[in-house]
Amino acid sequence: MASQEAMPGLHSATAAESVWSGGVSPYAVVPKKLGMWLFIVSDAITFASLILAYSYIRVASENWPRPFAFWPSIINATVMTIVLLTGSITVVMAVRAPKMDQRGTAARWLMATIAGGILFDVLHIHEWLGLIGEGVRLFKNPWGVPMFGASFFALTGLHMLHVTIGVVYLGVIAWGFKRSKFTADDVEISGLYWHFVDLVWMFLFPLIYLLAARTA
Amino acid sequence: MQATTGREHIEPRRIFLIVWGWLLVLTGVETVLAYQRLELKVMLAVLMTLSIVKASLIISYFMHLRYERRSLALTLMPAMVFVMAMLFIVFPDSIRLLKMRPH
Repeated sequence: MASQEAMPGLHSATAAESVWSGGVSPYAVVPKKLGMWLFIVSDAITFASLILAYSYIRVASENWPRPFAFWPSIINATVMTIVLLTGSITVVMAVRAPKMDQRGTAARWLMATIAGGILFDVLHIHEWLGLIGEGVRLFKNPWGVPMFGASFFALTGLHMLHVTIGVVYLGVIAWGFKRSKFTADDVEISGLYWHFVDLVWMFLFPLIYLLAARTA
Repeated sequence: MQATTGREHIEPRRIFLIVWGWLLVLTGVETVLAYQRLELKVMLAVLMTLSIVKASLIISYFMHLRYERRSLALTLMPAMVFVMAMLFIVFPDSIRLLKMRPH
């Protein structure tokens, strides 16, 4: 353009090359991916504050219940851990597949991950029903400190909600990716969410279950 | 406009399976440890360390952060760790509460 030639150096880039027109990022990721990472960090902090509250109440209490017998509770929780870890590897495979142009394969790995998530939820609800059947309520239980129920159900409940939302999210992505409505990046971003859900469980499992295992 | 994604290589499947294997091993170690006769403070410290190791493996390899631009990891992780440390600074107060209880 004449005005640019008349004043060389005034514009260092044309509009098409402007860093503000999108597609360039200091982190070299698509904006959606950075958005998911930022969400993950904020959600991690949410869980950290709940874990802090749980740890604080627990340490400050005498007679905290240790109701989880090796069978079925610790075994159940360990199986749930293995299910989530396996879900992480299947979602990794789902994320790899689009890079090798395998849409169907990616959808199948996502379905495997979803199956793991549903299994996790089923095992968890079954455990909840068992505890409720033994008399655990939010602010009352037959064994000790009244806050056990509220802290347990709140923390594991929030996590279970994340798993359930993840199952729906992965389902939508699997459905849409197979029909070419979503990109490989979308699959990867959903994978990030699922790994986060697994990550939180890596902390909940020892803190809530292993440290309350009935060892006597 | 396609943004560069920072890594175009495809990792061999092996590395993910190795990490997965280690995660399962560490889970087994934690479960066995829970049944050992350890002082609660020691048990907590070891379990938390193992959990942090597991979390680091998941973040670095499964969530791919190891292969992204370093600026991404540096933007996310130190801030998150800092906020969590600030949260947990009040934790020792729970020990005070325990000691203050009438016995």
